[in-house]
Amino acid sequence: MSYVTGLRCRECGHAVEVAAVHACEFCFGPLEVAYDYDAMRGAVTREGIAEGPPTLWRYADLLPQLPGTTADDRVDLGAGVTPLVAAPRLGAALGLSDLWLKNDSANPTHSFKDRVVSVALTAARRLGFDTAACASTGNLAQSVAAHAAAAGMRAVVVVPADLERAKVVATAVYGPTLVAVKGTYDEVNRLCGEAAGEYGWAFVNVNVRPYYAEGSKTIGYEIAEQLGWRLPDHVVAPMASGAMLVKIDKAFGELVDLELVADTPWRISGAQASGCAPIATAHRGGADTIRPVVPDTIAKSLAIGDPADGYYALDAVRRTGGAMDDVSDAEIVDAIALLARTEGIFTETAGGVTVGVLRKLVAQGRIEPDERTVAVISGHGLKTLDALGNAYGPTTTITPTLDEFAAAVRLQER
Amino acid sequence: MTATVRIPTPLRTVTGGQATVEVAGDDVAGVVAALDAAHPGVAERLLDHRGAVRRFVNIFVDDEDIRFGQGLATPVRDGATVSIIPAVAGG
Repeated sequence: MSYVTGLRCRECGHAVEVAAVHACEFCFGPLEVAYDYDAMRGAVTREGIAEGPPTLWRYADLLPQLPGTTADDRVDLGAGVTPLVAAPRLGAALGLSDLWLKNDSANPTHSFKDRVVSVALTAARRLGFDTAACASTGNLAQSVAAHAAAAGMRAVVVVPADLERAKVVATAVYGPTLVAVKGTYDEVNRLCGEAAGEYGWAFVNVNVRPYYAEGSKTIGYEIAEQLGWRLPDHVVAPMASGAMLVKIDKAFGELVDLELVADTPWRISGAQASGCAPIATAHRGGADTIRPVVPDTIAKSLAIGDPADGYYALDAVRRTGGAMDDVSDAEIVDAIALLARTEGIFTETAGGVTVGVLRKLVAQGRIEPDERTVAVISGHGLKTLDALGNAYGPTTTITPTLDEFAAAVRLQER
Repeated sequence: MTATVRIPTPLRTVTGGQATVEVAGDDVAGVVAALDAAHPGVAERLLDHRGAVRRFVNIFVDDEDIRFGQGLATPVRDGATVSIIPAVAGG
């Protein structure tokens, strides 16, 4: 059932009815979905969730599923309920005894964006839209194009022209109108921010953002459920706009409020690339304002120089006693390799950012060795092969003779 | 100095539905003041109680974010386009 009561401005509290709007008309603050938590209490149970589908829709009661939406109305490719795996070998390499990885590259289009898109397009359809649009650094583009295709909606996706080729191909294949813009992601985003007012489309990260953003809460719900309805001690999440980190923190708070988990303290920490670290920079300087930057990093999926949820990410990290840091392009590539070689998970550059910062925070003592720590691996490595350059290839190339084979593997064994 | 200000949807309740408004002003502060004179209520939505641009308001002069320029003191040339855009989420 739907517990949605409307939308409310996160800054000034101004309430409005459910609609495709994202900014408060009084202060421009972000509108958030409001729920009737009192009605949820006691009605939303672990057992009820366990009876749900093996997708993020098992948490439908905690999501902006608008009144009148049935299971058949959902735009659902099966996103969510991705593996939470113990990572003892990576943990040993970093000095953590209880490390876990939330492997969101296992989503249908191989990034966590499938969560937000499934929720956003389900709401968009209910609100009467037949066209889905977005500004994207790549992962959102793929997810919107795929979900729109499956829902029979038109898709218009707008990306920076310098996007990785894999992300362009893996978006275009679903048949959207794919607009490449000669500019940065922030310029693409601004364009879409203006276009959203002129076209009657559901821009998932603009006018239907209140619904979209809530989808990321399911990462938090799943981590808790997969740990046996317990909260971890520490979560490390990548930050682009900062929204995912904020929503994981929100999810934990909701689970505590609804008494679905015990009220144990958690800390949440944020990871950025040094070439685009406006939130981590503000955190380091103890600043209250976030100065936008022009991104220059291989972690293109995190290359948002003007992070809309950065303030809330700062709040969540400071409130929970977490940390932030950033890593260089070289450290990102190292971390991708470390994760692959220790745990068999190949992540894109954003995952390299998360693992790289995780390594840094442990080394700095900002994560205790025995904290139960979960790192969010947000996307798959095949998306960003370009970032690895020519560093990986055959160990050796031979003709098909046993002698050459023996020589080749001997070389490897040394 | 006359600038064309592009009005975002949430502000159009104040501008009587107008999507663009022509106002005079030498810098962004002047443009906001002129806009508020023509359409009272604009300034309090864009600026906080200290007179600073609210943190979820983005203002661009000829496609340049004023936070990369001189903020409210960013000059506005004759014929410039000023865009006001609520912050949007990332992707």
